[in-house]
Amino acid sequence: MKNINRRMISIIIASVILVTIVSIYFAGTLFPESALRADFSQKFLSPSFEHPFGTDYLGRDMFARTIKGLSLSLTVGAIASVVSSLIALIIGVTAALGKGWIDHAINWFIDVFMSVPHTVLLILISIALNQGATGLLIGIALTHWTSLARLVRAEVLQVRDQQFVLAARRFGKSPFWVARKHILPHVLPQFFVGLILMFPHAIMHESGLTFLGFGMPPEQPAIGIILSESMRYISAGAWWLVFFPGLALVVLVILIETFGTTVRHLFEPRQAQL
Amino acid sequence: MKTTKSIGIYILRGITLLIAVAIFSFALAQISPVDPVRQYIQANPGVSAENVEAMKEYWGLNDSPVERFFKWFSAVLHGDWGYSTTFRQPVLQVIGIRFKTSLALMMTAWTFSGVLGFAIGCIMALFRDRLFDRIVKRICLVMCSVPTFWIGLVFLAVFSAILGWFPFGLAVPAGVPAEAVTLGQRIHHLILPALTLSFLSFANLALHTREKLLEVYDSDYALFAKARGDSDLKILFKHGIRNSLLPAITMQFGSFGELFGGSMFAENIFSYPGLGAATSAAGTGGTDIPLFLGIVLFTSIFIFTGNLMANILYQVVDPQTREGVKK
Repeated sequence: MKNINRRMISIIIASVILVTIVSIYFAGTLFPESALRADFSQKFLSPSFEHPFGTDYLGRDMFARTIKGLSLSLTVGAIASVVSSLIALIIGVTAALGKGWIDHAINWFIDVFMSVPHTVLLILISIALNQGATGLLIGIALTHWTSLARLVRAEVLQVRDQQFVLAARRFGKSPFWVARKHILPHVLPQFFVGLILMFPHAIMHESGLTFLGFGMPPEQPAIGIILSESMRYISAGAWWLVFFPGLALVVLVILIETFGTTVRHLFEPRQAQL
Repeated sequence: MKTTKSIGIYILRGITLLIAVAIFSFALAQISPVDPVRQYIQANPGVSAENVEAMKEYWGLNDSPVERFFKWFSAVLHGDWGYSTTFRQPVLQVIGIRFKTSLALMMTAWTFSGVLGFAIGCIMALFRDRLFDRIVKRICLVMCSVPTFWIGLVFLAVFSAILGWFPFGLAVPAGVPAEAVTLGQRIHHLILPALTLSFLSFANLALHTREKLLEVYDSDYALFAKARGDSDLKILFKHGIRNSLLPAITMQFGSFGELFGGSMFAENIFSYPGLGAATSAAGTGGTDIPLFLGIVLFTSIFIFTGNLMANILYQVVDPQTREGVKK
């Protein structure tokens, strides 16, 4: 048991979370459609062993719907945050390595982005793209890169003036070579952590926007759809319809966040040596 | 003198940002497949093709987008923000009425979360690294990842449906004439949405305040004060609050954007007739572009005002930043 140090613990935590998230995803995609079958004799059942999250107004099992919703959220979150972080990487590196005016222009552009509330901007983009899942995806991808771009820019600026980079430049290496060999390896760990931590934001915005009626179409089993549907039955006392799906979303978000921070601990050499 | 100059520069920057926001949002509205004429006549079958053409010509829909942008923007500058098709009222009037209702909600939530967040941050710092601090910190971290709309729904289910302490929504009791509504009734309707909205930022603020205060407790002057025999509580009041209040207030002023975003959810859940509810109504109810563009402009002015106030406050209260300006 001597070998179990903090790094080991971090690795174990990270892998357990990863396995959980992946299994939620596959459980959602592989769930048989029959689990969502409407059964009018079973409607508005409160939580029991058979239906852990209760049943909804059509008698569908809420647990199955919630898992399906989470898996949809994961898909949307994954696509949106990968695209968004790639945008952030490109823009951040360009800002740091480009000429002065490019940097100013990008900073100004980010300021413009930040001066409209995120949700309003997302709705605007989603309206412009005729709503639906594509509009939502593009909207989230286009709005989440700003803070990561700033982080990447700061990181690149930090390495740019280091001795080894200057030396490489003096040896006549092209900027592209320097970027690939020296700067990217330095930025990548931060970048991956940023990507993972963008995930929860993307998921929350996805379900929030869907909840307001701008995101996923109503036939999708998204968490936002479930919650906005269930909102109508609160006054009838069906509290479990809003409680469990939202709680599941919160748990998913916390899992991903913990995963992100654990991975960050692993990437930081100071922490890793402990 | 220096202060006014730097604030002047800040305002100028803000104006360029607003113009940019106007251009971007107008461009996005242009891309949208919503046909304004179709939107206006709705499903009315009595409108002939010639009339549709005439309307297009009358509204300048056949002009180039750039031309239309300048027409729209100069109208906006002259105080004509267009006509809302959802509310059948001038946009500026809709925003004015709605914003007044929202302001009561947002300011209540804003003050409440500010005071509560700061107080919890102080208490956490007093008990730093002890069990109480660790538990509250964990709770705050969890709270940061709870979406506003879910908290709102849970409040609605617990306090309105199960316990029956609060009404199900709206800003005033239904079926009561406006003059007959008492202040008590208004407050009764305000509590749940305001609580929901304040959950948005108080955990964040508490964690932030805690960090700031820990810095103070680690400093040499705090060590000296301790050596002199001051208690932790006394250090908090003599040094801690002074050093952490300003960043906290700045953070609160900087959160106007999130506050508005959150109010969209809170108002939708509690059917509170404010600007946030109007925003989603403008988006869904057939896409009311003039109102939506108006709200985009208005919210960016709102956020800008928040940041400007934080800026002014900093310059006036904190001499250190004034020194920085001089360089």
